[in-house]
Amino acid sequence: MKVSITVNGKEHHSDVEPRTLLVHYIREVLGLTGTNVGCDSSSCGACTIHMNGEAVKSCTILAVQADGAKLTTIEGLAKDGVMHPMQTAFMENHGLQCGYCTPGMVMAAIGLLNENPKPTEEQVRVGLEGNLCRCTGYHNIVKSVLAAAGSK
Amino acid sequence: MIPAAFDYKRASSAAEAISLVGQYGSDAKFLAGGHSLLPLMKLRLAQPAMLIDIGRVKDLSYIKDAGKHIAIGALTRHMDVETSKVLHEHAPLLSHAAAHVGDSQVRHRGTIGGSIAHADPASDLPATTLALGATYVVQGPKGQREIAAAKFFKGFLESDLAADEMLVEIRVPKMQGAGWSFQKFNRRAQDWAIVGVAAWRRKNEAGVALVNMGSTPILATSVAGALAKGASVGDAAALASNEADPQSDLNASTEYRKHLASVLVRRALEDASK
Repeated sequence: MKVSITVNGKEHHSDVEPRTLLVHYIREVLGLTGTNVGCDSSSCGACTIHMNGEAVKSCTILAVQADGAKLTTIEGLAKDGVMHPMQTAFMENHGLQCGYCTPGMVMAAIGLLNENPKPTEEQVRVGLEGNLCRCTGYHNIVKSVLAAAGSK
Repeated sequence: MIPAAFDYKRASSAAEAISLVGQYGSDAKFLAGGHSLLPLMKLRLAQPAMLIDIGRVKDLSYIKDAGKHIAIGALTRHMDVETSKVLHEHAPLLSHAAAHVGDSQVRHRGTIGGSIAHADPASDLPATTLALGATYVVQGPKGQREIAAAKFFKGFLESDLAADEMLVEIRVPKMQGAGWSFQKFNRRAQDWAIVGVAAWRRKNEAGVALVNMGSTPILATSVAGALAKGASVGDAAALASNEADPQSDLNASTEYRKHLASVLVRRALEDASK
C-alpha cells in the first residue's frame, strides 16, 4: 500500500505491506536507526517518537496508520548542528548510562513538557512511566528533564 | 514481532466500516488506536485476514453534554477522556480512570470504544463504565441499538457485539456530585490491575465494579445492595467477591484476589464517602 509520511520535515513516499510496523518503517525503510526497538510490546518506550506532535510508541502503530502524518524522531531534534535543549540537559546531567532507552526517553520527555511545561519531580516520574531504563538510571533522567524545564 | 499478513481497508465513516465488515465477515476486525489489537496480532493470539481501519472516522471523536448523560464518541482517545472539562465536571470517575490506562504514549492512541469493545476484564474502562451504569450504542447494517453495560460483557474478550456491528457511542449518566473512587492495585507502573475497583456513592445509592476479578468486568451488586439496606462500609465490602470468579495467575491466586477485592472495595467506599 502506498503511503506518504513526513519524517523530520521531509516527505517520503513508499509502498509498504500493511503489517509493517511504523518503527520498522522508520529504521529499515528510511534508515533512521536512532529509534530503538526494546520490548516490542508497547511497554518499554524505547521506540517513542512524535506523531503529529504527540509522543507515541512506534512499535504498536502500523506504517499505514501513519499515512499523511508528520513524525519527528530523535534525528530530527538537533537544528543546524545544535542539540535540542532536552538533549543538552541529558548530556549535562548524565541522564544516560548505556544509552539504549535514551532516544525514547528524550522524545517522551519533550512530549511531557509540551503538555506540562513546568512539571514537579513527581509529575516527571509519573509522566515517564511508559519508558523503562534497563540501567535503572532514573535519578539523572528525572534531573535532566527538570533541568530542561527550568524547574530546578 | 511482526503480525501475520492481512489485508487492509480504510473506512471514512461508521456506515462504510459496517458495510466493509459485512463483506468480509468474521475474518475482519476493526482497527481503532490498535493498542489492544496489535499486541494480540503480534503474538498470533489474533490473526484477522482483514483489518478495517476506523481510526480516521473523525466524527466519532467527541464528548458532549446530552442533558442527563454525557455522550462520548467511541473513537475518543483516552487522553481526551482524561483531560475533558465536561467529564471532570459530570463524570470525574471516568476521566480519572482514563488517566490510569497504560501510559501517556498509549493514551495518545488508545480509544475508549476500542477498550470497551475489546472486553478485556483486566482493562480499566469497561469496569468503570459498568460501575457508572453506562449505555453503549452500537451500529449495524439495520441501524443502531442500545445495550446496557451490565448486559454487554459475555465472556473473556467476548461481548454482545455482532460481527457486523460497531460500537459508536458511550453514554455515561451524570454523577450529580456523587462521591467516587478508583483503586488500581498493580506491582509496576503502567501494568494492568491485579485487582481494580471503580465505585461511586450517593447516600444509600452506590455503583461498584471490579477489574480483573473474572472473565468479564464484574458489577458487585451485593455490595451496592447491602449499602442500600444500610450496611456498614466494612460489611458491604466483605461481599465484594459475591459476583466474581477470579482466576489464579502469576500475579495472584484466586484467594489473594478475593481478599484484595474486599480491601480495595472498602478503601474505595471510604474514599467515595468523604
